[in-house]
Amino acid sequence: MNAAGVVRLSVDGEPVAVPAGSSVAAAVARVTTRFRRSVRGEPRAPVCGMGVCFECRVRIDGVPHQRACITPARDGMQVNTDD
Amino acid sequence: MNGYDLIVVGAGIVGASCADEAAAAGLRVAIVEPGPIGGGATACAMGHLVAMDDDPAELALARHSLHRWEEFADLAEAEFSRCGTLWVARNEAEAAGIAQRVARLEASGGEAHAVDAQALYRLEPALAPGLCGGMLVPREAVVYPPRMALHLVRRARQRGAVLYAGRAARRLGRAAVTLDDGTVLAGPTLVATGCALPELLPQLPLRPRKGHLLITDRYPGLLHHQVLELGYADSAHGHAGSSVAFNVQPRPTGQILIGSSREFDVADPSVSAPMLQRMLQRAFDFMPALRGLRAIRAWTGFRPATPDGRPYLGAVPGRADLWVAAGHEGLGVTTALGSAQLMLDLLLGRTPAIDPAPYAPARALA
Repeated sequence: MNAAGVVRLSVDGEPVAVPAGSSVAAAVARVTTRFRRSVRGEPRAPVCGMGVCFECRVRIDGVPHQRACITPARDGMQVNTDD
Repeated sequence: MNGYDLIVVGAGIVGASCADEAAAAGLRVAIVEPGPIGGGATACAMGHLVAMDDDPAELALARHSLHRWEEFADLAEAEFSRCGTLWVARNEAEAAGIAQRVARLEASGGEAHAVDAQALYRLEPALAPGLCGGMLVPREAVVYPPRMALHLVRRARQRGAVLYAGRAARRLGRAAVTLDDGTVLAGPTLVATGCALPELLPQLPLRPRKGHLLITDRYPGLLHHQVLELGYADSAHGHAGSSVAFNVQPRPTGQILIGSSREFDVADPSVSAPMLQRMLQRAFDFMPALRGLRAIRAWTGFRPATPDGRPYLGAVPGRADLWVAAGHEGLGVTTALGSAQLMLDLLLGRTPAIDPAPYAPARALA
């Protein structure tokens, strides 16, 4: 977090700024509602928002299958959706 | 009238294959299954269609079956994926055995190539450094066994087979089977009940051999072939009380199935944390990248193991019109179709496609 209480990260290569304390899911939602694809190719997005449904998984700093809704956004994160 | 030309007891992959083969031959078939179709060892299995070359009889049965599996290569329900099998050598001693294994597989009509270390890492870059090469069997495939069993039962029923679902066979009579609701079915009977064989045919020795499997989330592109250590046969065919071997499979979804373990004399079906840890450590030794993956589920199953590792395929000695197809241990999916053909060859008095002598149930009573 920087001094202004804003976190700056990247979602699919786009710079995003969210208030400190926001989840990665909040940051992703600024860019896209398609967080991931199901095994049959359907778009998926957060459902439960509390780490249970696993529908919000994204790649964070190269690590796949991270739950965006329970991961706090941090400065410099590289987030990729639609894995 | 509950009279049939063949009553198949058990609808795992082996029973389902026998029922399908019999219905295709024009027989009036009954299928008796107390649980879900393909719900026993079939549902727990990896579904790797593989020829093991260390026993000539097992290789002959597998080769014949693998040809039969080609019929289902384009069937959606089979989830047939021709990923090939890659056997890896840890050291020069294991690598030294490759030429002979290639020769045996090719002599049986298969295709196999030795690969050097450089080619090995080109095929599977995630393998741990320091391996000595291996053997690629490019035409082998994986399937999803329970859906195949269901498909075979459906096809048999389309050809007139009658399914006694939710019913268990309680007693085998003279060309008759009594079900748990008192129904009596009349006809020659084929017992294909896997690990439950001793309930109906206690004279045929059979032991459950427990195994663990784990499946990961989707990681497409990490693994391309079914990869096993060349020492796998030592685990599979050895008689140690417990053993593990590196055996991983890419599912068409990008998920990775990780095996394998073998344990005798364990009746508890729950996942054993120490055994799972031992199995995973073995896998991590060969493919360190697996350690960082997310596991979704681990489960166990029981392989029906005969004392000599070969299935019982043929007539039950001393019993008229009673047949058995069981005890395929870890190769039931691979060898189900060939087993079914052999059973029908024997039942109908046709010239068998392969020599039935090594599988004759009488050997267990000698």
